Amino acid sequence: MTNRHLTPSGKAGMDESSPLASSPLSRRAVLQLAGGAASLAAIPSGDALSADAVGTEALPVGSIRLIVNGESKELELDTRQSLLDVLRETLDLPGTKKGCNQGACGACTILVDGRRIVSCLTLASMYDGADIQTIEGLEKNGELHPLQQAFVAHEGLQCGFCTPGQIMSGIGCIAEGHAGSPEEIQFWMSGNICRCGAYPGIVEAVADAARRT
Amino acid sequence: MFPFLLDKPGSAQEAIAAAAAGGRYIAGGTTLVDLMREEVERPERLIDINRLPLGGIRVEGQDLVIGALARMAEVAADSNVQRLQPLVAESLIEGASPQLRNMASLGGNLLQRVRCPYFRMLDVGCNKRTPGSGCAAIEGLNAGHAILGTSNYCVATHPSDVAVALVALDATVRVRGPKGERSFPVEELFRLPADTPHLEHTLLPGELILELRVPGGPHARNARYLKVRDRASYEFALVSAAAALAIEDGVIREARIAVGGVGTRPWRLRACEAALAGRKPDRQAFVEAAQLATEGARPLHHNAFKVTLLPRTIVRTLEMAGEIA
Repeated sequence: MTNRHLTPSGKAGMDESSPLASSPLSRRAVLQLAGGAASLAAIPSGDALSADAVGTEALPVGSIRLIVNGESKELELDTRQSLLDVLRETLDLPGTKKGCNQGACGACTILVDGRRIVSCLTLASMYDGADIQTIEGLEKNGELHPLQQAFVAHEGLQCGFCTPGQIMSGIGCIAEGHAGSPEEIQFWMSGNICRCGAYPGIVEAVADAARRT
Repeated sequence: MFPFLLDKPGSAQEAIAAAAAGGRYIAGGTTLVDLMREEVERPERLIDINRLPLGGIRVEGQDLVIGALARMAEVAADSNVQRLQPLVAESLIEGASPQLRNMASLGGNLLQRVRCPYFRMLDVGCNKRTPGSGCAAIEGLNAGHAILGTSNYCVATHPSDVAVALVALDATVRVRGPKGERSFPVEELFRLPADTPHLEHTLLPGELILELRVPGGPHARNARYLKVRDRASYEFALVSAAAALAIEDGVIREARIAVGGVGTRPWRLRACEAALAGRKPDRQAFVEAAQLATEGARPLHHNAFKVTLLPRTIVRTLEMAGEIA
């Protein structure tokens, strides 16, 4: 829930005079540097930024293989890392969002072996050999996935933070055959919270994509 | 999260030996990972049992047999479960979210820990988390807590939905431990809190749930689950009820009723069941029987509404079960 081992500096924005302000770094890299500035000295590498991986004792390590969006990845992991943290911090795939980090909001939804799960409530070391799909893997040859297109067409978002989770969950919902009516979609998408309240558009988008698949 | 070692045994024998030596089983992880991150649970060694051949669902005569590692979503969608024990499927669908149902195993569902908010707050008393530290819920915000089976040490409800259905259906659980296998009713898996709320179940050290067996019978088809809660899905029960009726020639031969959200364990209501035997399945019989449900109830500051809501929920569930008959 809280990254208690990673106390932020309290200064989220960049100073105008900062050399980073005009550098070609990604927004993510800038935020990582700003947020982690106070603790960078104690953290050996960017890979260790996962909150759960920062401890005071010797870290138990395991080695596993994951297939992520079709690519095989060999990983040395701390047993405490979740799939969510491995995706975001180790594999630099930040499309999967960390919302509540306790299985309540659905922002971290991914597909594992074709089934939708919340990646925050996992220990990545238990998923050796798993086939993982994230939002980053949906676009094919420059074409958005039909459900991504439907979210655009039906305005199934406002701020967009929950959207990757909504879309991955929607793909699961359609594959399970639970997208037959607005009421059915509402029930079977209830594991994904949208605090902007874009639910009507989300339901329309899932229904639309279900009709076309 | 505190550091821990992760074992991935290839056989039940290895797993049981590791658990008997102090390891903790992990299957879906939906409860345990969350509580470890909150530092409420601090296991030093986890035993990942997902490689063990404890999945699958099969039919043996009239019995439905569900492997401990079968996932909630898989069980709910299984055609044999839907055909033979629709109550089990319905109770599963009413629990958790689609993502969590894809992860959580049936064995783990039964052993999930309580959702009392004070259990998770490390800075307040909780006899379940830290024996002897007191119970913050008794004088705290307790609208969601139990009215049946409580003690002066703990008032948390058991959160499972499917456990309520399994208790109503006289399901049994088969376990294997260092000293061999045994089977017993699911109802006997759960302890009352009394003065030892940190002890929640009756499994012996190292014992592993292998499978659940749900016996069939004339009651199984006329069975429904109703869950009353603050929102229409993805929420724990304020009150829930599982009811099954065996009706012959317009008369109730046998009734099965268990309730959730109100008890410190899934709560079977045998007095209500007895009151229905031999009666016509009509509203008057249901109302009279349901009044017996709250005998001995001990409401707290904020949950007295459950004393009213419980019989009403039972009546409606019996009506739903009766409508199928």
